Amino acid sequence: MPEIRASRDVPTASRLTVLELRVRNHPGAMSHITGLFARRAFNLEAILCVPDPGDAGATSTMLLGVADEPRLEQVERQLEKLHDVLAVRQRPDLPADYFMGLLRPAPSVAG
Amino acid sequence: MKTNGANLLRILLERQGIDTIAGIPGGAILPFYDALHRSRIRHILTRHEQGAGFIAQGMARVTGRAAVALATSGPGATNLITAIADARLDSVPLVAITGQVPQALIGTDAFQEVDAYGLTLPITKHNFLVRSAAELMDVVPQAFAIAESGRPGPVAIDVPKDVQNATIEFEASDLPEPGRREGIAACADAAIDELASLLARAERPVLYLGGGVIAAGAADLARELAHRACAPVVSTLMALGAVPPEDPLFMGMLGMHGTKGTNQLLEEADLLFAIGARFDDRATGKVAEFCPRATIAHVDIDRAEIGKIKRPFLGLVGDAADVLRRLLARLEPAPRPAWCARAAHLRAAHPLRHPPCVEDPLHPVNVCRFLGESLAPDAIVTTDVGQHQMWMAQAYPVRRPRTFLTSGGLGTMGFGLPAAIGASLAAPGRRVVCVSGDGSILMNIQELATLAELDLPVAVVLFNNDHLGLVRQQQELFYNRRFEASRFHAAPDFAALARAFGIRGVRIDPLAGDPLGDLAAALAAPGPCLIDVPIHEGLNVLPMVPPGAANHQTIVETSTREVAHA
Ligand SMILES: Cc1ncc(C[n+]2csc(CCOP(=O)(O)OP(=O)(O)O)c2C)c(N)n1
Repeated sequence: MPEIRASRDVPTASRLTVLELRVRNHPGAMSHITGLFARRAFNLEAILCVPDPGDAGATSTMLLGVADEPRLEQVERQLEKLHDVLAVRQRPDLPADYFMGLLRPAPSVAG
Repeated sequence: MKTNGANLLRILLERQGIDTIAGIPGGAILPFYDALHRSRIRHILTRHEQGAGFIAQGMARVTGRAAVALATSGPGATNLITAIADARLDSVPLVAITGQVPQALIGTDAFQEVDAYGLTLPITKHNFLVRSAAELMDVVPQAFAIAESGRPGPVAIDVPKDVQNATIEFEASDLPEPGRREGIAACADAAIDELASLLARAERPVLYLGGGVIAAGAADLARELAHRACAPVVSTLMALGAVPPEDPLFMGMLGMHGTKGTNQLLEEADLLFAIGARFDDRATGKVAEFCPRATIAHVDIDRAEIGKIKRPFLGLVGDAADVLRRLLARLEPAPRPAWCARAAHLRAAHPLRHPPCVEDPLHPVNVCRFLGESLAPDAIVTTDVGQHQMWMAQAYPVRRPRTFLTSGGLGTMGFGLPAAIGASLAAPGRRVVCVSGDGSILMNIQELATLAELDLPVAVVLFNNDHLGLVRQQQELFYNRRFEASRFHAAPDFAALARAFGIRGVRIDPLAGDPLGDLAAALAAPGPCLIDVPIHEGLNVLPMVPPGAANHQTIVETSTREVAHA
């Protein structure tokens, strides 16, 4: 039997775009955002979410690693429409392997 | 003042100007129903929550203002889902309020617990799970503002029972301003200039109107533009009524069930000006072959629509009325006699094909035309989904905006009757006619009980063909006549069924001397009624572009039955 593959090829790190979102910080905001990607069968490769300093946790900044494909612009516009999303921009200054650099292996337990 | 969350919710809805709510009570929403007991808000008790959702939609589609549907947790919430999804796809402002189990029980699989927030997430413009009574002060006005602003749509508010019961103390001055429609930023003058010059340079412009034109109240402006620019107008299902069919520039509906002339005109156009339309596949057919010679200009209030399907040469984000008003201010009249004549020729050369009335008065096209002649111009028509819907779209003359209510995007069978009840509640005194099919009507037939109770001037005209007609048609055309699950082998006596609900029921006898006269008489009598009209079972709605095909590949003629009945 032939191997079954996902119809869209898996994006390589070099084709990753980093989107920066400012979002209202409340339970549900994350579901709205991830749901939008899932609904459009659009791969979300990495997520980083940090509360914004200085506004008592009212907003967060989110970095999304997404496959750079033609539909990205449409997804950005759909993101902008979400009530909980306050701003969307691309971060071309961040390297494609940005998220990988953040991953630290857990220190190995004594043994 | 000291009260509870439920009562605060009631106060906030009253301040929004809500005077009618449709719904069904249940445990998790009972505190709010208790608060309604003291309210001037009229509650319409439906027989199914989907009915409540579509009654609210009927009100909203007639007025353009957000209307409210109400349900309890669990099955109440799930029953509302279809009407919410329908509102989303047709951009209808709706606020759906559901009860939820107390917060302490959320996540425990409590009795009648369902994740209404999660379920409504992908089908609303926005949704809320209210976590305290105080939050209602923000959530309710926001919900209405979101539902009505920009591109309208549904908003869901899930209110746990403990939030409804929680005590809250506030001053009258603490109450928020009601949520209102917020305007969007006007687009730049330079873009309007460019649009004006595109139109001026075009030789064969066509206006492509979508539901956004009606939502923006821009129908008259669009018509003025058509005449100023001598640009023929094509309309989506959702924009029917924006330009009256008598208008010499009106070319009717485009796309799957548009006439051959209308789709041909689009082949020849050199400028397609889309206003509040979203290039839906039912309108465009195979996108790559849609309007092959045309430059596209696209105005929409929703930025995400610009370029979603077709990349326009010029895309403007804005309110259609604002854009058209500013455009008209800088557009000189441009006579295009040859192009107008071409449109008139295409219209005359490709009429709907149907037998003359004297031969076959109950041919659906004749019935639709007859309804157009006998109903007042301000009458409101709703439809269900299927062949009857498309025949109405093709042949019923929709003369005014917001008088033709139909489930376009989701195509929901069962929409028609409750939407008609809602329309009638919102437009007292006007005749409302629900044109339905024998399949669709049974999907929300229980609302005949609601109708009987309300005694509204709603008439159901049933195109009864003993089939899921549109399914049968597709099986005939595209599945080599393998008719599977599209024929009803047992049918109720619909007139008797109506009478059982306490409503006048009439069956039109096709062999009587003047069946259309009988139909007129049944419609003229006051009060609610159901009129069962027998329709030939083998008829097809034509023309039809096969799903996925290009619009120029439309099928104009098909079955032998068609000929037999002609
Ligand atoms: C809720 C729902 N289920 C299924 C369909 C698929 N569907 C589209 S048209 C149709 C047949 C409708 O039959 P009827 O209401 O009798 O109208 P007709 O086509 O005969 O005029 C069906 C089943 C739908 N649109 N909505």
